Amino acid sequence: MSMTRTTDVRLTVNGKACEGRCEPRTLLADFLRDNLSLTGTHVGCEHGACGACTILYNGEAARSCIMFAVQADGADIVTVEGIAEGSALHPLQAAFHEHHGLQCGFCTPGMLITALDFLRVNPSPTVSEVREALSAVLCRCTGYQNIVKAVMAAAEAMRREQA
Amino acid sequence: MKPASFAYHAPSTVDEALALLLANGPDSRVLAGGQSLIPMMNFRLAAPPVIIDLNRIPDLAYIRDQGDAVCIGAMTRQRAIEFSAIVADKLPVLRAAIKLVGHLPTRSRGTIGGSIAHADPAAELPMVLQALDGAVVVRGPKGERSIAASELFKDAMTTSIAPDEILVEVRLPVMPAGAGFAVEEFARRHGDFAIAAVTVVILRDGEGCASARIATAGISSRSERLRAAEQVLERHGLGEGAIARAAEAAAAMVEPLSDRQASAAYRRQLTQVLTERAVRRAAAA
Repeated sequence: MSMTRTTDVRLTVNGKACEGRCEPRTLLADFLRDNLSLTGTHVGCEHGACGACTILYNGEAARSCIMFAVQADGADIVTVEGIAEGSALHPLQAAFHEHHGLQCGFCTPGMLITALDFLRVNPSPTVSEVREALSAVLCRCTGYQNIVKAVMAAAEAMRREQA
Repeated sequence: MKPASFAYHAPSTVDEALALLLANGPDSRVLAGGQSLIPMMNFRLAAPPVIIDLNRIPDLAYIRDQGDAVCIGAMTRQRAIEFSAIVADKLPVLRAAIKLVGHLPTRSRGTIGGSIAHADPAAELPMVLQALDGAVVVRGPKGERSIAASELFKDAMTTSIAPDEILVEVRLPVMPAGAGFAVEEFARRHGDFAIAAVTVVILRDGEGCASARIATAGISSRSERLRAAEQVLERHGLGEGAIARAAEAAAAMVEPLSDRQASAAYRRQLTQVLTERAVRRAAAA
């Protein structure tokens, strides 16, 4: 089989114009990590089940391991590296820190991005709604209790910020 | 793992996509939301030499209220359906089911047309298409044709859509005012594929039942309507005895799958339990 050609991909990541060259088969998660050196996005299962690779794609949480980078040409992407404001942690990050919402940290980027999208859709969730939303991301360390507490606390902090 | 190499095409119209499909024949696969196909490619369970990506065809994403039916473009994201006022108003059973399709981050990408054309036996959207007696519109070299839900699903991952055709629209008849409905799903975790699921849509007529539709997912090799169980309700109404008999009829008529998640006997039992629960809930609504 002949080699497939590489193509240019231009996109906005964390508010910055970026570009790279890759094969059509390059997964968006690998493009972010290998071409753009944004290694905060983690690659776990590579079939959309674990959620560690979740990013905001044009404002909505999506799995970057089951998208091709070429598909993201022209897209606006936010990774975990883009959610803090300078050195000030995002309220979600602060709440994960405060409530010990992570242990090994592998799932954390996916948890944060998933929770960020979820809280925009549902700013005043119940605990059970948070649990349902977080079922999109697998954590094998924490047992989820502190992650749920962190998201509930962050929701409150973000509502106060909005008020 | 990583996918095998492929040639990538991103046409901007359906006609262009059809021409690419015709030119590349069986080597090509049409890519919709990619939430099933790309995992299969990552595992190299699929290695299509040519990918025709529909994501750059804006004309395929819409939700239109046509009066007696809601027409949904094949590339409409499941997330758009979840938050659509038209769907909430006219097709509440679709809204209830869509929340069971994966998770919010997969619904951001996953499409209604992709899920239906993929025809995973455990997927919820084929079940809803069956329960609403909807249809899909496919376009091919000879033009468009409509395929009724009852004619669409042939077997696991197999539909009556021809290899040179593309699913372009899903048509769902508007639910009559006052229709009762319920989606009952049994899965290991929220967002997982159903081990068994049953969707019921009924129209009451006093104590009787003017019409009943009962459709499955995850139970057998394809989503199917359980007509014998529907007929029990239509003939005998919605009393406790009739509901129990309908559930028994449902369990008797399915040919359940047996796999590492559940035996055939277990799925048959689930069919009865879920049918009973769903009918009871739909009748109470």
